[in-house]
Amino acid sequence: MAGSLTLDPSQLARAGGQRGRQSRWLRWLLLRLGGVVFVLWAVASVTFFALRLIPGDPAEAILGGPGSQASEEALAQARAHYGLDQPLATQYLVYLGRLAIGDLGSSYALRQSVVSVIGDTLGPTLVLAVLSLAAAVLIALTLAVWSTRGGRGAAALGSTLEIVAAAVPHFWLAISLILVFSTTLGWLPPVSVPGVAGLVLPVLTLAVPLAGFLGQVMREALLDAMESPFVLAARARGEGEGGLFWRHALRHAAIPAVGLVGWAFGSLISGAVVVETIFARQGLGRSLLSAVQSRDVPLVIGVVLVVALGYMLVTTLTDLADRLIDPRLNRRAQQA
Amino acid sequence: MTALLEVRGLDVRFAGAAASVVKDVSFDVQPGECIGIVGESGSGKSVTARAVLGLASRTATVRAETLRFDGTDLQAASPRLLRQLRGKEIGFVSQGALVALDPLRTVGREIGDALRLHTDLSPTERRARVLELLAEVGVPEPRVRADQRADQLSGGLRQRAIIASAIALRPRLLIADEPTTALDSTVQAGILDLLESLRAQGTALVLISHDLAVVSRLASTVLVMRGGTVVESGNTARVLGDPQHDYTRQLIAAVPTDRPRGTRLGAAPRPAALSPGAPTAAASSGNSGVMPATIAFEAETPVRPSLTPEFAKDAPFDGATTPAETTDATADVVLEASGLVRRFGSRTAVDDVGFVLRRGRTLGVVGESGSGKTTVARLVLALERADSGTVRVLGERWSESTERERRRLRPRIGAIYQDALSSFDPRWTVGQIIEDALTRGRSRRAGEDAAHLLDRVGLGPELLGRRPRLLSGGQQQRVAIARAIAPRPDIIVCDEPVSSLDVSVQAQVLDLLDDLQASLGISYLFISHDLGVIRHVSDDVLVMRAGAVVEGGNTESVFLRPSHEYTRALLDSAPRLPARAAAT
Repeated sequence: MAGSLTLDPSQLARAGGQRGRQSRWLRWLLLRLGGVVFVLWAVASVTFFALRLIPGDPAEAILGGPGSQASEEALAQARAHYGLDQPLATQYLVYLGRLAIGDLGSSYALRQSVVSVIGDTLGPTLVLAVLSLAAAVLIALTLAVWSTRGGRGAAALGSTLEIVAAAVPHFWLAISLILVFSTTLGWLPPVSVPGVAGLVLPVLTLAVPLAGFLGQVMREALLDAMESPFVLAARARGEGEGGLFWRHALRHAAIPAVGLVGWAFGSLISGAVVVETIFARQGLGRSLLSAVQSRDVPLVIGVVLVVALGYMLVTTLTDLADRLIDPRLNRRAQQA
Repeated sequence: MTALLEVRGLDVRFAGAAASVVKDVSFDVQPGECIGIVGESGSGKSVTARAVLGLASRTATVRAETLRFDGTDLQAASPRLLRQLRGKEIGFVSQGALVALDPLRTVGREIGDALRLHTDLSPTERRARVLELLAEVGVPEPRVRADQRADQLSGGLRQRAIIASAIALRPRLLIADEPTTALDSTVQAGILDLLESLRAQGTALVLISHDLAVVSRLASTVLVMRGGTVVESGNTARVLGDPQHDYTRQLIAAVPTDRPRGTRLGAAPRPAALSPGAPTAAASSGNSGVMPATIAFEAETPVRPSLTPEFAKDAPFDGATTPAETTDATADVVLEASGLVRRFGSRTAVDDVGFVLRRGRTLGVVGESGSGKTTVARLVLALERADSGTVRVLGERWSESTERERRRLRPRIGAIYQDALSSFDPRWTVGQIIEDALTRGRSRRAGEDAAHLLDRVGLGPELLGRRPRLLSGGQQQRVAIARAIAPRPDIIVCDEPVSSLDVSVQAQVLDLLDDLQASLGISYLFISHDLGVIRHVSDDVLVMRAGAVVEGGNTESVFLRPSHEYTRALLDSAPRLPARAAAT
């Protein structure tokens, strides 16, 4: 029985069977992969050259920055060791060659391979990002449902809350949360400590503005769905409010929200730079900030590449999720 | 016998509204009886139906002296009891067949929901029952269809699926709100047969429609609604055969079916302003002085030989003189298509279509959805490239030219569409829309401006500053017509121009198109699924099916003596008013 979401008889008939469908998938996958490689190359190149534009001597940065007063000899040695005495084009090609085999080089400042630095910091940042996204969806959905059910006053209040939440900058929210919940009430630690308590404030800081954006689109979609003729038809079948929400409206509200998740991931990573710094939390964001400050070229490029890869992974996943929620997309893509 | 549904003094008012949208409506429905509620948009017929179900919207206040279903007072019923009645005892087929199924869920689950809510059947049993129901309402291949979603189903199949979900629990009362609107006439006939068979099995039926003919086929009692009140009610044959109320008469007169070419559908007589010599008469729309610009407009418009200004002045048209009769068959050919073929993938949308359109005449193209009518229109307008075949406009190369070459001729061929609103830039005012069309036309005449054009289509100058969204459907279509005639075209392609309009508004727009043809000598390529409309407007007609022309020729002979089997089936399926009513 052709019951799965991506497979139905009319499609098969149109595509000339299973094989046609597989080759379409393969083509889609190859195109995606090609896109990923291209984006990674572009990101690596732009970052590489952008960092060369910052004034100052990279060799000095390697030896501990301008304050270290390294000798001319030591500088020359460092240049030779890192290949900085080569022409820029040669450096670039050598760098690309190493990237191609997965060698991200080693950090100037931390004297550690970039791969191991990222390995140490990626986990905490992912935990932060995923928890924040989950919290944001929860807050947004609650707000959206409450404000669509509660009549005109609730709708106005909900909409205002969403706009305020979306407009609040991370650094201000973080400091306000610390002032209220740590300094004044003393409920939660002001800096990140291991365990759940240390996660609450950073997660909230990232989740609230995101919830503002998500809430706005979900509320619109919920309202549209609840006013639609198919919901009226469901009511006329005797469906209750709960059934209307879970079986009909929620999926419609999820479509625009899922579309925003790719963008949300980017905003979470940039937010992580701020949040990890303020809460003194280990993570990719904070590593990135200190790497930029110390002109640690290999580490910056490494982090940027990882983030770009993650971003593309997330958008691919949301594309697939979109097609699961809304099977019409599959058919449209095939007809195009 | 006590009535199954008893409605007395029903009144519905929306929060913040000055007046009730439904006022003092009363009717009874007996088991096995069908009552029809007829009215145009805004008449309150749908609100009446929804009020019975307790679904009249959150902001509505519903009051009634009596609102009883099988002895149960619906006004006093708890939400829980109402939910149990809905779907189980009272089935509802909601308006908008095309959007009443959740696009993200399979049809089988939508229908299964009714069973899930009101029975203890297991999922497997529900599935089996859903397949039975689909078969019962005439859906072919129920197994395949049950796993599809609304967008994979045609309009007729969607409507059948909705009916299947409404009758899943064998409700004793079925309320159907415009169950066949937007469906092809052969499909409509099938749905009406289905409803009739349910009624014959004892289901009470409330049938709501804007279409008198549809209601007259099923209903034994009819209520005519206007502005929230019932203006006339009673036995269907009596109401349609011997209407007492002016509005009922007007509604019946506005139906174009069986009304010969050239007769007017609206209440007002054909405006004498059509003849340049008599600019004083009132317009059909009620605006006075429809066409003060007629003379300037007409001076350089090529007029068909038989309709010279002198002719128009000396012998203004009356109902008996049709343009068809005044135009000889040798009038110049303005549009010529031959051997048109258009394929989309493996499907042939247009298959070897050819025709000739002469000056001042109307060629009707009739067919059901998917028959290729609209593709023909797009090929004629050169919005679509033909795979083979040619179109010539005013004797010149057209379909084979480049768009740059065509641009010179573009003002000579205009178009109006079913959905006028979406053909406008929503940020433009009516004035801007028409001005734009004027400046794109042939050399502009002195004193000819947007206000004059609005006047020609029976609209006042106060609309110039409005945005189209705020106009009524009829006004929007009039603006679209004004825009189409602004560049003084020889040909206008009309693609379902009246299909989304109320019957009385439709009558006005058809009259207007007639008037403009008579005064400007425009030729129409008129596309419609509605046989009545086509017969009323066309001199000649093409009947299309599956991309091909199955029959063509003089309209009256095709309609009176159809030679093709499909034409006969099409004519038979079209519901019509009882003969006596149509003659009124």
